[in-house]
Amino acid sequence: MIPVAFDYYAPTSVDEAVALLREHDDAKVLAGGQSLMPVLRLRLAAPEVIVDLGRIEELNGIREDGDALVIGAMTPHSVVQADPLIAEHASLISLATATIADPQVRHRGTFGGSLAHADPAGDLPAVAVALDAFFVIAGANSRRTVGAADFFEGVFSTAIGEDELLVEIRVPKYTGWGAHYEKFNRVAQQWSIVAVAATVRLDGGTITEARVGLTNMGSTPIRATAVEQALVGQPATAEAVRAAAAHAADGTSPPTDLNGDADYRRHLASVLTRRAVLAAAGTG
Amino acid sequence: MTTTEDRPATEVGSPRRRKEDARLITGRTRWTDNIALPGMLHLAMVRSPFAHARITAIGTEAAKAASGVVTVLTGADLADEQGALPNAWAITPEQKAPVHPSIAVEHVAFAGEIVAMVVARTAAEANDAADLVDVDYEELPPVLDLKTAATDEALAHPDLGTNVSAVWTFDSAEAGTGQDVEAAISAARDGGILIEREIRQQRLIPAFMEPRSIAVDPTGEQLTVWSSTQVPHFVKIFIALVLGIPEHKIRVIAPDVGGGFGGKLQFTPEEVLTVIAARHTGKPCKYSETRSESLMAAHHGRDQWQQLTLAATKDGTVTGLKVELLADMGAYLGLVTSAIPLLGAFMYNGIYKFPAYHLSCTNVFTNKTWTDAYRGAGRPEATFAIERLMDELAVEVGVDPLEIRERNWIKHEEFPFATVSGLTYDSGNYEAATAKAKDLFGYDDLRAEQQKRRESEDPVQLGIGISTYTEMCGLAPSRWLGSMGYVGGGWEHASIRMLPTGKVEVITGTSPHGQGHETAWSQIVADRLGVAFEDIEVLHGDTQVAARGLDTYGSRSLAVGGMAVLAAADKVIEKAKPIAAQLLEANVDDLEFSGGRFGVRGTETGMSLGDLAFAVFQGHKLDAGAERSLDADATLDPDDFSFPHGTHLCAVEVDTETGAAKIRSYVSVDDVGTVVNPLIVEGQVHGGLAQGIAQALYEEAVHDESGTLLTGSFVDYLVPSPPDLPPFVTARTETPATTNQLGVKGVGEAGTIASTPAVVNAVIDAVRHLGVSDIAMPCTPYRVWKALKSAQQEGAQQEGGRS
Repeated sequence: MIPVAFDYYAPTSVDEAVALLREHDDAKVLAGGQSLMPVLRLRLAAPEVIVDLGRIEELNGIREDGDALVIGAMTPHSVVQADPLIAEHASLISLATATIADPQVRHRGTFGGSLAHADPAGDLPAVAVALDAFFVIAGANSRRTVGAADFFEGVFSTAIGEDELLVEIRVPKYTGWGAHYEKFNRVAQQWSIVAVAATVRLDGGTITEARVGLTNMGSTPIRATAVEQALVGQPATAEAVRAAAAHAADGTSPPTDLNGDADYRRHLASVLTRRAVLAAAGTG
Repeated sequence: MTTTEDRPATEVGSPRRRKEDARLITGRTRWTDNIALPGMLHLAMVRSPFAHARITAIGTEAAKAASGVVTVLTGADLADEQGALPNAWAITPEQKAPVHPSIAVEHVAFAGEIVAMVVARTAAEANDAADLVDVDYEELPPVLDLKTAATDEALAHPDLGTNVSAVWTFDSAEAGTGQDVEAAISAARDGGILIEREIRQQRLIPAFMEPRSIAVDPTGEQLTVWSSTQVPHFVKIFIALVLGIPEHKIRVIAPDVGGGFGGKLQFTPEEVLTVIAARHTGKPCKYSETRSESLMAAHHGRDQWQQLTLAATKDGTVTGLKVELLADMGAYLGLVTSAIPLLGAFMYNGIYKFPAYHLSCTNVFTNKTWTDAYRGAGRPEATFAIERLMDELAVEVGVDPLEIRERNWIKHEEFPFATVSGLTYDSGNYEAATAKAKDLFGYDDLRAEQQKRRESEDPVQLGIGISTYTEMCGLAPSRWLGSMGYVGGGWEHASIRMLPTGKVEVITGTSPHGQGHETAWSQIVADRLGVAFEDIEVLHGDTQVAARGLDTYGSRSLAVGGMAVLAAADKVIEKAKPIAAQLLEANVDDLEFSGGRFGVRGTETGMSLGDLAFAVFQGHKLDAGAERSLDADATLDPDDFSFPHGTHLCAVEVDTETGAAKIRSYVSVDDVGTVVNPLIVEGQVHGGLAQGIAQALYEEAVHDESGTLLTGSFVDYLVPSPPDLPPFVTARTETPATTNQLGVKGVGEAGTIASTPAVVNAVIDAVRHLGVSDIAMPCTPYRVWKALKSAQQEGAQQEGGRS
């Protein structure tokens, strides 16, 4: 299928990109195109203007900034996946990124694009929520920072305003934490039916801190705070983790579709949370 | 005369890399959508979003005024011109069918049916203008559920007066091929074993790699049509019959075609409409469907309910099988839609000796996409049914499922064997294939592990699934087809051209779309004519080059088309022999042909076929009466079907917590007779297994309550890819067919037919001890989990009832 005709801009700076967004009412931002291009080709969206961020070099790359890692919004998944800084300080991101679709998609798709798209079945939103990431959003003359808990507002909907651009994601360091991303789908290239992002800090055999994020258990990624609280102070044993993981679906309203109903997803959330936490603790 | 006896066959049996692969894999070849002709116009179709509706008005003004638009045509414009799409197979004389238009005129019968066509200078403009066509519909209640449709409660085609197209029956007592099944069922009811099951064969989508595409050039003396089709010869005839264009004014070309799986065994609305567009505009026209259109509107496959009754004695000897089918035709009859269940009707008895058999099939219309052939076409349904039942019988008797099969199968010394459905199996060795499969699989070790996991209540349970299958290949003896109500024949044609430089052109009437005929046919001819493999070119798919042929489907190409090639090669030798005798100044009876050379027996004197071809080309020394050509044609009509068979064993791990079923190991031992190219056979088996496994675990076309296809993209219609499939262990036994010269049987559909029951049997076997005896296909994690949960609840209730 051929998209409806649009005007195409390829700015080379963030300021230029934001100016274009201010100038055009019906503009869409093109990052890696792995979600936008199919939507355009199916004519499910027909924006008048496409602003392609592919030539803005300042959006691409990963750096350290004190206690945080800073990931440029246009950094491709393949780069994130292979990055040693991320592997050392936020290995949950490396692990989750490795499960996204296939190598071709990971070479085109971007870290920021995937988060800004805010598909509740996408893998990175739950990771960002679990890691308490911060989103740096550029507007006309200023930049603002939004925490992960406030960034995701609904299905395909975030705190990024119409004339704004997500420029980078700041992730606190979780150096020395164990991590695991437990993804459940029917075929390798499918979106998650449910997935669980978990990272834990251990002292001896005891869990001292835990972060758990749920993929596709509601209209936004969900932080499983009840599980996190139940885990703290517990030994990383199958029994203790099973008890904590039983709370995984507390307060969630997961969707029903061809892959399963809400009950099944709640059940999966608990099973997968147990597996994710045990694997993160190295006892799975 | 000697042909090959003196020379070892060096090509047939050799794992040659396919000569067509370089261009197919790199895409540096001519696909239909690549074709660009001067002044070419592009088409876009407007399709109905409703499953059942009446068209009340179509506004085309805005579309006609849009940029680049040449014309917009609707059903009203083309009502008289378009004719009706053909059904080539009336399975009963009373068969009913609605008129099948290429473009709907007043009534729309499925979501995806074409209601208008835009012709524009570019594909983008055609697409833009299609969005501007304004169609008013009056929605009608859609008939979607197959069982309800069969009751005629609501009608898919109100004018037809019923949803039932035809009822076809076979009864072994009436046919004289066996006993009365009702008597067997009564006997089983008193003191035997009776197994009754209902099985859903879900609707599938062929999902070939290359979407369909058609290009038409009306500017020459002949109308030239390129189509991504399996059946260029059919397309030529039907363009003539449907549109009234004289047959000799039509040339159809299937260039390289990216897969079909039966999905391109069709004469399509899009082909008719592209020809019409070219005729209206006088310009070359092209239409290439999108993947969304392909999934929605190219014909679907399977979609049956099977009601099964198996009667047996206490020791597990089957005494009778009764099959009652409901088959969903969808909205219309395509080329062979009505006959798909019938192609399976002869295979429900599988490899077994059943004394009594009865089948009835009711073909029913619904407001869904029309169905037709999909890899296996009827035989996967039959094989699945009987192989699932044999597992259930083994459970009832309390013996290993392999043992129950052995008690009932035809022994190798009993061939040829006349089956209860009236076929004659020429050859087979089920014992040998099964023994080999068991060995490769490590059957006994896996059974031991299964036992351990059950005892330790492992959350991951192991199941073993078996499928001992046979199928009928080599479609088909023309006389048989005629007796079943098919309008066409089943022969195949080949020509061999001996070129002056000793090179050879082989023209085949088969139409490969990924199978590797160019390689395999070259190997056959290289052996028979003693010509180098590289010196042979195989031509196909262009009705100007391959003038006669009946194309590729039903695992027929090698067993029928390949044998026609062989017959043509023999004719070349026969034709060359007297000329060689003349040139060698020898007696014809003293000549022998071996290794590509005519030699005078007992001397060193001789002449190669290549030199002979050049001498014939010159004609200088030939007798006046000798024809100045060694070229030969052969048409071959098979005497009978061929019957590949084999044993497939599958081990599945079921995660009882999530319901996920994962194939751990898979062994297939196939007996496809003589193998021309083991690499090609291997490839066919791998692809076939993937497609059969897909039916067991992944694929299903799902519609919502309004008839909209929910699985309208590959996001929801899950075609597995390599990471989702296990490594396959494949092996063969070779029991040559006795019904053709080379002993070949066919392999295009075997993997698909065999694998689905092997996988589902394994899934059930993994959880049977937990109280589950059936799971609908595809066995999704959600379905497996639900089955386990309800078995657990039933178990708890029974426990509660007892206390």
